[in-house]
Amino acid sequence: MTTATSPITQEDLKIPLAQGKSLWQLGFARLRRDKFAVVCTAIILFYFIIAALSKLNVIASPWDLKVAESYARPSGESFRMWLGADIFGRSVMYKTIYGTRTAIGLGLVVAAISVPIGVILGAIAGYFGGWIDDLIVWFYTTLSSIPNLLLLIAISFALGKGLTAVYIALISTSWIGMARVMRGEFMKHKDREYVLAADSLGASHFSKIFKHILPNVSHFIILNFSMQFMSAIKAEVILTFLGVGIQGTPSWGNMIDDAKLELARGVWWQLTGATVAMFFIVLAFNILGDSLRDALDPKIK
Amino acid sequence: MLTFLIRRIIAAVPIIFGVALVVFLLFNVVGGDPAIMMVGKHATAQQMADIRHEYGLDKPLPIQFLNYLKEITTFEFGRSYATRQKISDMIVSGIGPSLSLTLPAFFITTLISVILGLFVAYFRGKLIDRIGVILCVIGMSIPSLAYILFGQYYLAYEMRWFPISGYDYSFPGRFDYLALPIVLWLLLSIGYDVRFYRTAILEETSQDYVRTARAKGMSEPRIFLKHVLKNSMVPIVTNVVLEIPLLILGSFLFETFFGIPGLGSITIDALHNSDFPVIKTMAFIMSLLLIFGNILTDIVYSLVDPRVKLK
Repeated sequence: MTTATSPITQEDLKIPLAQGKSLWQLGFARLRRDKFAVVCTAIILFYFIIAALSKLNVIASPWDLKVAESYARPSGESFRMWLGADIFGRSVMYKTIYGTRTAIGLGLVVAAISVPIGVILGAIAGYFGGWIDDLIVWFYTTLSSIPNLLLLIAISFALGKGLTAVYIALISTSWIGMARVMRGEFMKHKDREYVLAADSLGASHFSKIFKHILPNVSHFIILNFSMQFMSAIKAEVILTFLGVGIQGTPSWGNMIDDAKLELARGVWWQLTGATVAMFFIVLAFNILGDSLRDALDPKIK
Repeated sequence: MLTFLIRRIIAAVPIIFGVALVVFLLFNVVGGDPAIMMVGKHATAQQMADIRHEYGLDKPLPIQFLNYLKEITTFEFGRSYATRQKISDMIVSGIGPSLSLTLPAFFITTLISVILGLFVAYFRGKLIDRIGVILCVIGMSIPSLAYILFGQYYLAYEMRWFPISGYDYSFPGRFDYLALPIVLWLLLSIGYDVRFYRTAILEETSQDYVRTARAKGMSEPRIFLKHVLKNSMVPIVTNVVLEIPLLILGSFLFETFFGIPGLGSITIDALHNSDFPVIKTMAFIMSLLLIFGNILTDIVYSLVDPRVKLK
C-alpha cells in the first residue's frame, strides 16, 4: 500500500465538471436558434456593409452627378437607374445608398455617445443617491418635461440647421432613457450581497460600479443601444421633414421631404426608395430587439 | 389627496424653473444673437438696435433671464415677431384645432386597438395571433411619413374621398377635414398599440386567478371576458392616461401636413419664419402642460387602481 498522496485530479474522477453557462453564452445560444433573429442580424449587417462601401466611395459615388433627364422613370437597364432620377436627374438609387450611409452613421454616433452618458449618469445617481441623485434626476426630469420633438426642434433651431445640429440634438435627448433604467438597476443592486462582499474586501466605488455591478446590468445596455440606434434613424427623418434636419447631403429624411411635392406629379420612386430602405432596417431592429429581450431575460430558461 | 396635490405642485416648481432655464439658455445663449436670427444678417444697424430694444436683448444676460422669469410667471409672452399677434391669443386659438384632431383620433385608435388586442390575445399561440403580431410589427416599421404622404396621395388626391388639406372652424364642418388625418393616425398607431395591449392582456392570463378559474371549470371565453378583461384594464387605462397630456400638444406632423391651425402648426410656422419669441414660448407652455398633465395622470391612476396609494 502506497502512502504517497497525490492530489485527486479531474481525470481520476472521470466526471466532467459541470459547465455553468453565463447569461451571455445562454443568450447567444438562444439567439442562434432564433431564425428571425439571425435573419434580422444579417439584414442589419447588410446595411452596415452598404454604408461602409459608400463611405469608402466604392459604390454610389459620386451621387450628385446628372445621369439622366429630370424625373426619368425607373428602368432596369443599369443599376443606378433602378429607382429612376430626381428633379436634377441624379440617380435615386445612389441617393438611397448615400442615405443609408447617413442613417447608419447617425445611428452609430448617437447611440455610441448617448448610451455611455446615460450609463454613467444613471449609475452615479443610483449608486450614490443623496444630492447627486437629486441633481441628476432633476436634470433629466427637466429635459424630459420638454416634449421630445419640441426639444429637438429647439436645439436644432438654436444650433442652426445641418447634420451637426441633428447629432447634438439627438444625443442630448436620447441618453435619458438609459439613465433612468441604469439608476433603477443600480439602486436595486447596490445593497445586494455580492456588492457588500466586494465592499468588505475593500473595493473602491469605481470598482464596485464598473467591475461588479455593471456586468450584471449590461444586457440593458445592449437593448438600449439597439433602440437608440433605431430611434435616431427615425428622428432624423422627422426632423428633416419639419425643416430642421440635414441639408445638402442625401438622407432618407430629405428624400421623403422632396417627395411631398413629387407624388402629385406621379413621381413615386424617390419616396418609395427611402421608405423601403428605412422600412427594412427598422423592421429588423424591431424584431431583433424583441429577440434580444427574450434571449437575455434571465427569468426565461 | 389634497396634500398629495400640494406636494406634487411644490415638487414641480424646480422642474418648471429648470425648463425655463433650459429654454432661456438654448434660445438666448447657445443660439447666438437672437436679433440676427430674427431679422437676418443683412439688416441695418438701426433695425438691429430696434429689435434688441423691443425684446430686451440689449440688457445683460442675468437681467434678460429675470425678465424672462417675470414674463412666464405673469403669462405675458409678448407678441409674435412675424405676425405681431399676441402669443397668448395664438395659443388659445391653437388648442381647439389641436384637440379636435387628437382627441377623436386617440380614442378611436385606442378603442379599436384594445378590441383587436383582446381578439389576438384570446387566440394566443394560434395562427391568428401569429399573423396578427407579424402585421403589427410590419405596421410599426413603416415610416410614419410614408403613411401620411401615400395616404394623402391615394385617399385624397387620387380617390377624392377626403379634402386634400385645410381646416374649417365650424363645428361639424371641421371633421370633413379631420377625417383623413384621423384615419391615418389610426393606421399609423394601430400596429404598436395592438401589440402593446396584447402583451398587457397576456400578462394577466398567466396570473394565479386565471388558473383558479380554469380549475373550477370555467369556460375560456367566460374567464376572458369576466376576469382577464377587468384586470387588464389597469395597464390599459394607465397607458391611455399617460398619453392624454400629450394630446393637448397636437401633432407636429399631421397639423403641418394637413394645414390644421393647431399648436403644432403654429410652432412649425414659427420655426420656418425664425419667429424666435413664439418658439420660445411654445417650448415653455407645452412643457408646462406636460408637467401638470403628468400630475393629473398620477391622480387618475390612483382612482383606477385601488392598490395605488397617493403619498
